[in-house]
Amino acid sequence: MSTAAPERLDPGPLRRAPRVDGRALLLAVAAPLLAAVVALAVSSIALVVSGSDPFTVYETMLAEGSDLRSVLITVNNGVPLYLAGLAVSIGFRMGLFNIGVEGQYQLAALLAAAAGAAVELPAVLHVLLIVLVAVSVGAAWAGVAGVLKTTRGVSEVISTIMLNVIAAGLAAYLLATYLQERVEGSNNQATPEIAPSGRFPTLDAPLEALGVTLPQGTSLNGFVLVAVLVGVLYWLLVGRSRFGFDLKATGLSPSAAVASGVDAKRMTVTVMLLSGGVAGLVGLAQVLGDTYDYGLEFTSGLGLTGIGVALLGRNSPVGIAFAALLFAFLERSSATLQRIDVPTEIYVIMQGTIVLSVVVAYEVVRRVGVAQAERAVRAATGDRA
Amino acid sequence: MSTPVVELAGITKRFPGVVANRDVDLSVQAGEVHAVVGENGAGKSTLMKILYGMQRPDEGVIRVDGAEVAFKSASDAIDAGIGMVHQHFMLADNLTVLENVVLGAEPRRGGRLDTRTARARILELSERYGLGVDPDALVEELGVGDRQRVEILKVLFRGARVLILDEPTAVLVPQEVDELFASLAGLRAEGVAVVFISHKLDEVLRVADAVTVLRAGTTVTTVPAQGTTPRALAELMVGSELPTPETRESTVTDVVQLDVQHLSVRSPEGRPVVDDVSFRIRRGEVLGIAGVEGNGQVELVEALLGLRASTGTVRLGDQDVSGWSTRARREGGIGYVPEDRHRQGLLLSASLWENRVLGHQGRRPARRGPWIDRRAARADTARIVEEYGVKTPGVSVPAFALSGGNQQKLVVGREMSGAPTLLVASHPTRGVDVGAQAQLWDHLRTARAQGLAVLLVSADLEELIGLSDTLVVMLRGRFVATLDPAGTTPESLGSAMTGAAA
Ligand SMILES: Nc1ncnc2c1ncn2[C@@H]1O[C@H](COP(=O)(O)OP(=O)(O)OP(=O)(O)O)[C@@H](O)[C@H]1O
Ligand SMILES: [Mg+2]
Repeated sequence: MSTAAPERLDPGPLRRAPRVDGRALLLAVAAPLLAAVVALAVSSIALVVSGSDPFTVYETMLAEGSDLRSVLITVNNGVPLYLAGLAVSIGFRMGLFNIGVEGQYQLAALLAAAAGAAVELPAVLHVLLIVLVAVSVGAAWAGVAGVLKTTRGVSEVISTIMLNVIAAGLAAYLLATYLQERVEGSNNQATPEIAPSGRFPTLDAPLEALGVTLPQGTSLNGFVLVAVLVGVLYWLLVGRSRFGFDLKATGLSPSAAVASGVDAKRMTVTVMLLSGGVAGLVGLAQVLGDTYDYGLEFTSGLGLTGIGVALLGRNSPVGIAFAALLFAFLERSSATLQRIDVPTEIYVIMQGTIVLSVVVAYEVVRRVGVAQAERAVRAATGDRA
Repeated sequence: MSTPVVELAGITKRFPGVVANRDVDLSVQAGEVHAVVGENGAGKSTLMKILYGMQRPDEGVIRVDGAEVAFKSASDAIDAGIGMVHQHFMLADNLTVLENVVLGAEPRRGGRLDTRTARARILELSERYGLGVDPDALVEELGVGDRQRVEILKVLFRGARVLILDEPTAVLVPQEVDELFASLAGLRAEGVAVVFISHKLDEVLRVADAVTVLRAGTTVTTVPAQGTTPRALAELMVGSELPTPETRESTVTDVVQLDVQHLSVRSPEGRPVVDDVSFRIRRGEVLGIAGVEGNGQVELVEALLGLRASTGTVRLGDQDVSGWSTRARREGGIGYVPEDRHRQGLLLSASLWENRVLGHQGRRPARRGPWIDRRAARADTARIVEEYGVKTPGVSVPAFALSGGNQQKLVVGREMSGAPTLLVASHPTRGVDVGAQAQLWDHLRTARAQGLAVLLVSADLEELIGLSDTLVVMLRGRFVATLDPAGTTPESLGSAMTGAAA
């Protein structure tokens, strides 16, 4: 290379990865720590304003949240949040905002529950059929937004929000008319119960084999395994595959991605289908492992919370897992809070604060990192310059 | 000498792994055109960004009219009377010249845009500095030269007394360069100081009063333009003697590699922007396309890549690829050096090795089955860095950390990888310094000797004449003339391009 090259500090082989030193590691944990501190501070202020002592509140939350029963409930509730977070995050990767996870999983859960109740099949096949229906319905519903975007240029934000409204109406209508099982003397509307062959086994037996005694009336939803599996697939697909590269490239620069041969329209539709497919799984933890039907009481709002989970998890499958568990924990704490006379809405404030703090903290830490790297360079060149 | 309008003293700026500027001094007088030259990565753009407040120096001081200043952002610099025109224009296409000029600095009266005052100011400035700008023209209808004058006017509108131009001539054809230089003379006469970066040393000497040479991040010297030669400057830049361009012999074979028949592209409004164009390129042949920007070159290139809808047939080797997707065409052997590396060639915030994968997702060494082969991609990026002399501290740094010319070398190196049979190259050496340009040309000639067919679009007429086996002139979407490069001079080609001699 010519002698005119600017002074290089690391003349070693180019292949070498950048050095990882203690400071870099410190920076890596600094962002989540900073976010936690800020979130705690803001939540504490909210608590003080609402007239409670933050320390007792946190103490109670921790104390009650750490018993086995609460942990199991947190994990069980974290599963659908995790899947919702993954679904949203797939779109985020290429700058697509699938706000429609809500409608996709509601409709998917309803139709899957109805289909599951309508057939009799051998155990494994029965479950597979229900999963297949849910994934297809979720994908199809999201696919509508993808097709609208590519053919008509409709923003997916708008179309998925509208599809949420339509899905809610459609689900209510179907449940009220064709899909409900009428029970004498009850005005609850629900699909018929799925036969035992179509239920997902719990993980209670393996846990007990490990010597864990489960508290009365609790169990660990087997869908945890599905969530882990989807997480691993997400990591492989997004982080390691050609498809994932195309996805990232499209997110970073649509024009460069297209010039590199990515078919932008096909990509948009594929990503919406994938996102919707994962969204279809969100309600299944409940359908297959808890209520075995879809009724008026079916959990709602997971899709919207999933957006927060995805933001908090910063599009990494592990990060999203932590985010989902944290959100589930906070939600679980709301019951505790109520008992000690703290307004339950506090947990919503906490969730919001955490997401905001994380976004801000990562930016701050990124800037500090850049400044620090420059200082390091300066120190290293000081004697030579 | 009087107090300089701006003075940079002892400027040092470090980036991770690189010292971009080390103890740089630069002093510019009012009414002076001051050129800054240096190799790719010598630190020119960084120095200008510091002067314009976009980046803060680690050490050193900036003085304006003798008083020390500390810019926190570009708006501080603008307030101090310093303006910059970036290499890539930043005008909004769908607005008029007037709207673009006032954008962000709107004169208001009673809360509303005061169009009358704005128009009067624009006309006055345009008149005074000889810019010849029509405030009511739509920017999308302007050529590059006009757009550049609008950018300059925009800066003057904000009261600039110091004008920074980063590689302003890279996108201009000779006539437009002459016009720009006439405008600069007007500015100089009015006492405006101009700092200007260029890799074209003969131009530098034509327009500048003083030249500051940067090498490896530091000032080598500042010399008066008078009495200096391009060769002497180049030698100051690289610190050694320049290689002389070698003579070349034809490597054109009889095998047609690209056969284009009746290719047409229409604009969204239905106007033909490429109009029934037919041509062939044989293996080992370079077909050069000369033309003022905006005469259909971009559309032709994008149609060949399948990035733009077109009619007509395109055959690559013995296959009809007219209906193929962009990816199929690229994997079928078309390499593509885009005109705008930031828009189409790079993922700026991704690492160099990921950029090596871009456009080669489906091929070795980037791909292994359905996966991206990270190790192989890294290794091959290191190879490109070696072979093409990309100055970088490593292959994991983000692409935005490279200087403009080094980004370009990476893109060209990537597109020459994977044994392409056809290279579609738009301005392949844009923003690359003289030494590296010769190196890239060598790479192109070697590949051509091995049978590569090249479609070359360039605003650099010497490059076109020097590399091409056949030259065509493109005007309003058509090929209007075919020239033999052997008997063509930049001057005659220049006039053919504007339709004067066609
Ligand atoms: N944001 C950045 N982060 C890290 N390194 C940078 C950054 N910007 C520039 N550099 C490095 O600083 C050096 C000088 O870059 P600069 O862009 O000033 O060069 P230049 O003289 O303008 O070159 P060219 O003629 O190629 O445009 C290069 O080695 C480049 O890699
Ligand atoms: Mg530069």
